[in-house]
Amino acid sequence: MKITKKEVEHVAKLARLELSDQAKDVFTDQLSNILTYVEQLNELDTKDVPPTSHVLDMSNVMRDDVPQESLSQERALANAPDKAAGHYRVPKIIE
Amino acid sequence: MKYEAVIGLEVHAQLQTNTKIFCGCETRFGEDANTRTCPVCIGMPGVLPVLNRKAVEYIVKTGLATHCTINPSSRFARKNYFYPDLPKGYQISQYELPVCEHGYVEIVADGKVKRVGLTRIHLEEDAGKNLHQAEGGASLVDLNRAGTPLMEIVSEPDIRTPEEASEYLKKLRSILRYIEVSDADMEKGNFRCDANVSIRPTGSTEFGTRAEIKNVNSFKFVQKAIEYEIKRQAQILDEGGRVVQETRLFDSSKGVTFSMRSKEEAHDYRYFPEPDLVPVVVSRETVEQIAKTIPELPDAKRTRFVQDYGLPEYDADMLTQSRALAAYFEEATKRSNQPKVVSNWMMGELMRLMNAEGKEIEDCPIMPERLAGMIKMIGEGVISTKIAKTVFEEMYKSGKDAETVVKEQGLVQVSDTGAIESIIDEVIKANPAQASDYKAGKEKLFGFFVGQVMKASKGKANPDMVNQLLKKKLSE
Repeated sequence: MKITKKEVEHVAKLARLELSDQAKDVFTDQLSNILTYVEQLNELDTKDVPPTSHVLDMSNVMRDDVPQESLSQERALANAPDKAAGHYRVPKIIE
Repeated sequence: MKYEAVIGLEVHAQLQTNTKIFCGCETRFGEDANTRTCPVCIGMPGVLPVLNRKAVEYIVKTGLATHCTINPSSRFARKNYFYPDLPKGYQISQYELPVCEHGYVEIVADGKVKRVGLTRIHLEEDAGKNLHQAEGGASLVDLNRAGTPLMEIVSEPDIRTPEEASEYLKKLRSILRYIEVSDADMEKGNFRCDANVSIRPTGSTEFGTRAEIKNVNSFKFVQKAIEYEIKRQAQILDEGGRVVQETRLFDSSKGVTFSMRSKEEAHDYRYFPEPDLVPVVVSRETVEQIAKTIPELPDAKRTRFVQDYGLPEYDADMLTQSRALAAYFEEATKRSNQPKVVSNWMMGELMRLMNAEGKEIEDCPIMPERLAGMIKMIGEGVISTKIAKTVFEEMYKSGKDAETVVKEQGLVQVSDTGAIESIIDEVIKANPAQASDYKAGKEKLFGFFVGQVMKASKGKANPDMVNQLLKKKLSE
């Protein structure tokens, strides 16, 4: 196994996912298979190959610092499940 | 035991662009909630961020002004965490390959110049703002700030005292303002600081366990928070305890830091390269072009002020804190040719009056040529330095020039021998006991007579002449 059940639980927690015990086993299996598959790349000598961060051979796609119209408050909040006084309303944040 | 503190600072400075870092929404402060957002900055599915060219220019400029290496190629990364003010569930930041690395900032500490290393400067987007609603147990979120461009400036752990930390922040702010990339206003939250503080026995070279103090919002508080933290950690170690690695907050009303998270749920941000943004390549030509736009920086100005105007290091340091202040000084000096006198007036009366109103030099009602005019009148003996303070205050209040104020209020210095002599005669006549005591050898009383004569002349008598004539008269 490339990945332990404990690691799956950790990643799930970080992603705020609640998994059943059965699901954890399934994902441990699947993720391990994926990692094994990707590991084939290690057979290649990439000593002189710079790491790829982007598959397109492009750089410097930028825009000028010119303002564009924003959404109205009403439209911005249109999909919010809850709102108050022009704000998104969310469960209390505990610090 | 004797301890030494090891301090590293992380500063988040907001770039003064017109628009956000990855979309065209305006970055204006104080707008109605959620009126400066768009699908990109509120994280709607399927949108594509596009980098603001100005943000890149500004960070390169900052890197050059702080002696950094500008990486020829850099890229963005996603920093994953959940918080209601972060609509996408990740912050676009930089991880490996930031735009700038390996720089330094010079500070004056204990009268000596010290270098504080910069590990890196990278670009990232700001989050929104949470408002904690008292009633109803809910929080409100305003996303206007989400996507505002920030530079994170990370120092090496080179700082050793709270004073050095404060000097470092002041210098950094000064540089950012000189090169006009950020207004670095702490009160508006445009310049935020986190401090990493640890202590170790003096002489040791190993690092102790550090505490991170988050979001302290004034220079004074940064200093106070670090002072407190050093004491707290020293006490723990002296009692045989161990410092816990944790995030702490500063309570400015009590002057203490307190633990923010009960248990270290170690951060695991799972950084990975941002697939929506292509690499940023900064060519040598671009670097050279940007370098040309950098003005004379505070350190170079300070050195020049000491060399060219013969100012003390302290004066030069104060006067070069802002470009406008330095320009004011140079203009007034050019017109009066008396640098040290100009410096004294600026750092004394001018700062006192402006600080009392919380004004900046840009709003100073006395133009530099008028300060120079007043200094000339002192030099020519038209007014005494003492009277000049009254004149100066009136100039500040009314916006009039020195000559007008002096004329209107009849403040011209009395340098007429006859007039001063007659005042002296009256003072001696009114104080016969003191006069005979003085003649009997109580020379300390001379100051008393000077005071009385100045008072009788309403401060207008030429002090040099008063001294001279009084000596003569009292020995008659």
